[in-house]
Amino acid sequence: MAAEHAPQSASEYISHHLTNLRVGEGFWTFHLDTILMGWLTGIVGIGLFYLVARRATTGVPGRLQGFVELVVEFVDDTVKSMFPGDRKFLAPLALTLFVWILMMNLMDLIPVDFVGRGTSAVGVHAWKPVPTSDLNTTFAMSLTVFLLTLFFSFKAKGAGGFVHELFTAPFGSNPLFWIPNFVLNIIEYISKPVSLAMRLFGNMYAGELIFILLALLGTSWKWMLPSAVLYTGWAIFHILIIVLQAFIFMVLSVVYIALAHEHH
Amino acid sequence: MEKLMMLGSVQGATAIAIGLIIGLGAIGACIGIGIMGSKFLESAGRQPELIPQLQKFMFILAGLIDAAFLIGVGLAMYFAGGPLLNTVINVAG
Repeated sequence: MAAEHAPQSASEYISHHLTNLRVGEGFWTFHLDTILMGWLTGIVGIGLFYLVARRATTGVPGRLQGFVELVVEFVDDTVKSMFPGDRKFLAPLALTLFVWILMMNLMDLIPVDFVGRGTSAVGVHAWKPVPTSDLNTTFAMSLTVFLLTLFFSFKAKGAGGFVHELFTAPFGSNPLFWIPNFVLNIIEYISKPVSLAMRLFGNMYAGELIFILLALLGTSWKWMLPSAVLYTGWAIFHILIIVLQAFIFMVLSVVYIALAHEHH
Repeated sequence: MEKLMMLGSVQGATAIAIGLIIGLGAIGACIGIGIMGSKFLESAGRQPELIPQLQKFMFILAGLIDAAFLIGVGLAMYFAGGPLLNTVINVAG
């Protein structure tokens, strides 16, 4: 296994750490590592919250329950400020998004070579530990949010109202404005899920790439200490980015769904 | 020799493109965050009791402003992997 890694060029190291474990081909390729890590992080994250909720006490809470209550209250306050209506569906959705994305992003903090050496020791030749640095995951989540937006739009305005607003939304109901209104609305509908997905993807992919480049810097003895220091510094900064991106994804999803509820 | 020159020009163009994408994106993102930060500090000085709420919105805006820049970085890094080069290699043989 060590011989596999020793005579590698720099770009081979980088591209090895950036390839997904692919199964199948053409349209039916699956990124097995993304799927498995997504399930694992989801089960751990949501499962933890579920277990704490089951044994919740109304007396003085322990530390874990206190932490879970902190997160739930934080998400609930955020949803309440963005969406004054009935949030029985929206707040749990926001909590799921926030916790799951946070868990998936946290996988980025595992040192690069731990994953590489660990997985090649078990015989797996490629493994990307961060599901959100795969465009499939982020687009799946943002398309789901987009479908929910459409669903709530229909529910709040009815089919007729939805079509009416599609053609008259920003400018007015003069028939001259129908085409510009429609074009603007289509652009808005396309840009929302795309920007939501690509923001998260870009942040996580760039973060992972910088981790790999900084790890690569430590291949010679002269640069090993600076590489370690820079790696640690970037990891500390990345903690902020991880939480921020999960928070932004949640807030924007709530805002889009809240906007779909209001009518003119 | 011809093939080498072709490969070299593709590599060079890709490198310049990556630099432009990241550089121009960084200009916009940094100026944007600078303006937003200065407004935040001004309003924090005016009404210190609103600092927590303003800070929350500041973080949201920072994430939104960085979005286009980081999408550009992601795209640039994708090109750095050499897909354009691979196409040329496959066609040229």
